Amino acid sequence: MTGLVLKDIRKSFGAVDVIHGIDLDIKQGEFIVFVGPSGCGKSTLLRMIAGLEEITGGDLLIDGERVNDVPPSQRGIAMVFQSYALYPHMTVYENMAFGMRIARESRQEIDRRVRAAAETLQLTKYLDRLPKALSGGQRQRVAIGRAICRNPKVFLFDEPLSNLDAALRVATRIEIARLAERMADTTMIYVTHDQVEAMTLADRIVVLSAGHIEQVGAPLELYEHPDNLFVARFLGSPAMNVIPASVTATGATTTVELKGGATATLAIATAPGEAGKSASFGVRPEDLRITTDGDFLFEGTVSIVEALGEVTLLYIEGLVEGEPIIAKIPGIQPVARGESVRFTAERSKLHLFDDSGKSYRAR
Amino acid sequence: MSGATRSPLSIVVHLSVLLLVALWTLPTAGLLISSLRDKDQLAVSGWWTALSTSTQNLVQRAASPESQVEKDGKFVIFGNLLEGQKGSVSAFGYSSREPAAFAPGQTAKLNDGEQLTVRADGSYEIVSDTRMEGTRGQRIFFTAAVPPRFTLDNYREVLSAEGIAASFVNSLTVAIPSTIIPILVAAFCAYALAWMRFPGRAILIAVVVGLLVVPLQMSLIPLLKLYNGVGAFLGVPAKTYVGIWLAHMGFGLPLAIYLLRNYMAGLPREIMESARVDGASDFDIFVKIVLPLSFPALASFAIFQFLWTWNDLLVAIVFLGTGQEQLVLTGRLVNLLGSRGGNWEILTASAFITIIVPLIVFFALQRYLVRGLLAGSVKGG
Amino acid sequence: MPQLLFAIVTMMAGVLACAFYFLASNWLLDRIFPSQGLSGPKASRNLRISSAIRPWLFMLPALLALAVYLVYPVFESVRLSLHDRSGRDFVGLSNFFWMFGDGEFRQSIFNNCLWLLVVPAVSTFLGLVIAALTDRIWWGNIAKTLIFTPMAISFVGAAVIWKFVYDYRAEGSEQIGILNALVTYFGGAPEAWITLPFWNNFFLMVILIWIQTGFAMVILSAALRGIPEETLEAAVIDGASGLQIFFKIMVPQIRGTIAVVWTNITILVLKVFDIVLAMTNGQWQTQVLANLMFDWMFRGGGDFGRGAAIAVVIMVLVVPIMIWNIRNATRETGGH
Repeated sequence: MTGLVLKDIRKSFGAVDVIHGIDLDIKQGEFIVFVGPSGCGKSTLLRMIAGLEEITGGDLLIDGERVNDVPPSQRGIAMVFQSYALYPHMTVYENMAFGMRIARESRQEIDRRVRAAAETLQLTKYLDRLPKALSGGQRQRVAIGRAICRNPKVFLFDEPLSNLDAALRVATRIEIARLAERMADTTMIYVTHDQVEAMTLADRIVVLSAGHIEQVGAPLELYEHPDNLFVARFLGSPAMNVIPASVTATGATTTVELKGGATATLAIATAPGEAGKSASFGVRPEDLRITTDGDFLFEGTVSIVEALGEVTLLYIEGLVEGEPIIAKIPGIQPVARGESVRFTAERSKLHLFDDSGKSYRAR
Repeated sequence: MSGATRSPLSIVVHLSVLLLVALWTLPTAGLLISSLRDKDQLAVSGWWTALSTSTQNLVQRAASPESQVEKDGKFVIFGNLLEGQKGSVSAFGYSSREPAAFAPGQTAKLNDGEQLTVRADGSYEIVSDTRMEGTRGQRIFFTAAVPPRFTLDNYREVLSAEGIAASFVNSLTVAIPSTIIPILVAAFCAYALAWMRFPGRAILIAVVVGLLVVPLQMSLIPLLKLYNGVGAFLGVPAKTYVGIWLAHMGFGLPLAIYLLRNYMAGLPREIMESARVDGASDFDIFVKIVLPLSFPALASFAIFQFLWTWNDLLVAIVFLGTGQEQLVLTGRLVNLLGSRGGNWEILTASAFITIIVPLIVFFALQRYLVRGLLAGSVKGG
Repeated sequence: MPQLLFAIVTMMAGVLACAFYFLASNWLLDRIFPSQGLSGPKASRNLRISSAIRPWLFMLPALLALAVYLVYPVFESVRLSLHDRSGRDFVGLSNFFWMFGDGEFRQSIFNNCLWLLVVPAVSTFLGLVIAALTDRIWWGNIAKTLIFTPMAISFVGAAVIWKFVYDYRAEGSEQIGILNALVTYFGGAPEAWITLPFWNNFFLMVILIWIQTGFAMVILSAALRGIPEETLEAAVIDGASGLQIFFKIMVPQIRGTIAVVWTNITILVLKVFDIVLAMTNGQWQTQVLANLMFDWMFRGGGDFGRGAAIAVVIMVLVVPIMIWNIRNATRETGGH
C-alpha cells in the first residue's frame, strides 16, 4: 500500500510558525490538490514533502516509512516546479536523463525511459534542443517528462501552470488530467491558488489557510457543503454572499433574521440553545434568482449591472456594509441600474455559519 | 528623445563627443604612430606631421677618395646623398657656417680646387683635375625635404637589444597561471557562500566585501618578510614565480569570490532544488549545474585578473625582483624610462608592445568585461 | 620559452591539484559519514554532520589564501609599524611621530588629498556627461569603446603615453610633445610640465582621469539606461528642459551608482603608485603615500617600521569606505 501520511507536521522559520500541525492521509494513486491564498503555507508543505524544506516537527511517512531525514532523491518523489527549472545548458534529452545519470543507471535504461517519456509528451522531435529554443508549453512538458523519467511513487506539482497564458493553461491542465489517468498508481500532489485547477483536477482538495487545514474533501462536496466560512468564501467565483444574521427559530429547519430586516428559513436543523445567537447567512451568487413574488429573500437596488452575455452580474449595495451582494443570473437580463429587484433562493442551497464561522450543517 | 535630429543642439552633442573621443584616443595614437616612424624623423618632428614631408638639415660625408675614378683625364667621385631614398635636396653647402649656400644644380668650388655639384635628386659629383688624397670623404651639408618613412626597425631593436622579448615571456609567465589558478578556488568558495547554509555565512560575505578594498600596500612588507622566512627555511630563493602566482591569487580572490557569489546567488533557486530532487549532491550541483551556468562571470573575472596581473608593476617588482632576468614588461618599461628617457623610438615601441596584449584581450572580450564591471562594483543603496 | 612551458605545466598542476583536493575531500567526507543506502537516525545524523562540514571543505583553500595574503598582513603591518626598521625592537609610536614631522610625508598627504579631491570628481563627472551624450548619438557605442579603451592600458604604459604628450624641447626647436606644440602654436612658451611644482600634480592626475573615466562612463551609462523611460516622458510633459531633466530627474535617480563609482575611484587613488613612480618618482613635489611607502620599503636596505607605518595610514584612510561598502552589501544580501 503506497500512501503518504502526514502526522502533525509542523514548520517554523526561527520563531515564526508557518505550519501548525497538519494531519493528512493520502492514498496511493490519489490526486490531491493543496489550495489556499498566498502565504497559507501550501508551497512550504509541498516542499517539506519533497525534502527541500526541513520538517520542524511531526512525521512524514511514504510507504509506511518515516522519511523526515531522507534526502529528496531517495524519497521516491518527482517534482515539477513553477518556473520549470530546466537546466538551461542541457538539451531536452540531457535534462530528462540527468537524474538517472546521477543514479548511474545503464545507458540503455536511460535511453529507453527518456524516449518513452518523450513519446507520451510528444517531445521526441525536440530532444536535441536547448530549453531556450522551446515554447512555454513545451518547456512545461519537458519538466513533466523529466519527472516521469524518475518513475516516482509521488508526483509533486508546484503551481505548474501559473507561467502559461490562459489558452495554454487549459490545454496543459487537460494534459495533466490525462497523465494522472495513465499513471493511476502514482500519487499526485498539486499546489495551486487557482480554484478552477483545483476543482477540475482533484480527487480531493485540501484547503489551507494560515498553516491550518480548513477542510479536506471532494471538489463538489467542498462546494456544496463548506465546513466553514473560509472555505465557503474561497471556492466559487464570485465569492459567496455573506449577510450578518441572528437565529430566531430553531428545530428541523432554522429561521434567521438577516441584517436589514428580511427573514429566511433554511433546511438545516439546529439545537434550541442556538436561538438568539448571531450567525452568518450565506448564499452563492449563482443560487440567487429574481422573483416578483411576495415570498422573497431580500430586496435591493441594483447599483451596477455587468452583462457578460452568458450571465449577468447584479451588484446590490447597502444591505451589507462595505460589500455588495452579488447575484449571478443566467443569460441576458433586462435589469437597469437603480431598479429595485427582489431575490430568492432554494432553501437547500442556503448556508448558515455560527459566530465562529463554522457551518451549522457540519456541527 | 530622437525627435529633431538636425537641431543645433544635436550638432553640439556630436561635436563635443568628437572632441572628447579625440582627447581620449590621440595620446595612444601618437604613441603608435611614433613607434612606427623612422627614429631620425621621430626625434625632430611631431608625430602629427608623420604623413607630411619633413625638411631636414643634414650632413653627410661623400664617398672617400679611394673610390675616385678617372674619366676624361679628370678624377671624379660620385654618389647620392639620399642613399636611394626618395626626397629632394633644396640647398647644399660644404661648410658648417654656410650649410645652404648653393642651390641644387650649382657647382661649388671647394677650397682645394675641387668642384662639388649636387643635384636635386641628391646625386653629387666631385670633380678634380688632380688625384684626390686622403681617406675621409668630403663633408656635404644639405637641406633635404624627406618624405614620410615608416619602419618596423624600432620594434626590431627593442625586441632584440632592450630585453623586451624576454620580459614579454616573463609577463606571460606571471599572468597566465595567476589568472587560471584562482578561478576554481574562488568558484567553490563562492558556491558555498551563495547556496550552502551554515552558521557564519553572512559574516564571511561581509569579510570578503571588506577585503575587496584592503590596499595592497598593507600586504607588501609582511609578505616580503614571510617569503624571506619561508625561502630561508626551505632553502629556496624568496622571489619565485610560484610566490608571485600565489600572491596574485590571494590579492585577486576577494573580487573573484564577490563577483562569482553575486552571479551564482542570482541563478534560479528552483534549478538547484530540481537537481537536488534528481539526486545531485552539492558537489554534483556545483560541477554540473552551477559551474557551466556561471561561465559569463568566470570569463569576466578571468579578463579582470589577466589585465590586472599583466599590467601590475608593484607586486612584480616586490615579489619577483628587479633583476634583468625577472623583469616583467611594466618593470622593464619603467627602467627604460629612466635609462633611455630621451630615446622615444625605444620607449614608444616598448610601450606599445606592453599594451598590445591587454588591448587585444580588451577588444575581443569587451562584452564580458563590461558585464563584470557592472557586477563587480559594490552596489550602493 | 622553457620558462613559459614551466609556467603552463605548473598552472595545470595547480588546477589539477585544486580539482583533486575538492574531489578527494568530498569523497572522503561521504566515506566517513555515509548516508547513501543507510536509513533511520544514523543516516540522518551522518547527513547532518556532513552537510555541516561540506561548506568549509569548499571554502578552505580560498579562506586560507585570504588569511595569509590579506588578513594576516593587516595585523602584521600594524605590529611592524610599532617596531624599528628591522621589525625586532618595539618603539611605540615613534614611527608615527617621525612621520608627522617629516616634510616629505606631509607633502605626500597634501598631494594625496589633491588627488582625492580632483580625480574621483572629474572622472565621475566626465563619465556621467559622456554617458549621457553618447546615449543620444548613433555612433555612441563606438565613442564609448574608444573612451573605455585606456582601462586596458597599464599605469606604466599610460605614463609613457602621457610623458610623450608632455615632452619638452628647449624654446626654438621643434616640439614633438603635442601639448607643447599646441602651446607654441598659439604663441606660448614651452614648459617642462612635469617639473612645475604644484601644477605637475594635475598633469599626473590627468593620466588617472584618462584611465578611469571609461570605468565611470560604463557603469553610469548602464544606470542611466535603467531609469524608467516614463519618468523622463512625464518630465517632458511637465515642461522640463533637457538640462533640467538631466539634473533634476536623471541624476537623482542614479545617485547610488554615482556614489559607487566615486568610492571605487577613491580607493584606486589612495593606492596610486605606478603613475608617480614612472613619471617623476616623487620628485618635484609630486610624492604620494603609496610611492613613499614603497620608497621606505627599500630605502637604505629597507625600513620596515616606517614603511608599515605609512601603509597603516593608507589603510586608515580606506576604512570608512570599507565600512560603507560592507553595510551596503549586507543590506543587499540581508534577506537572502
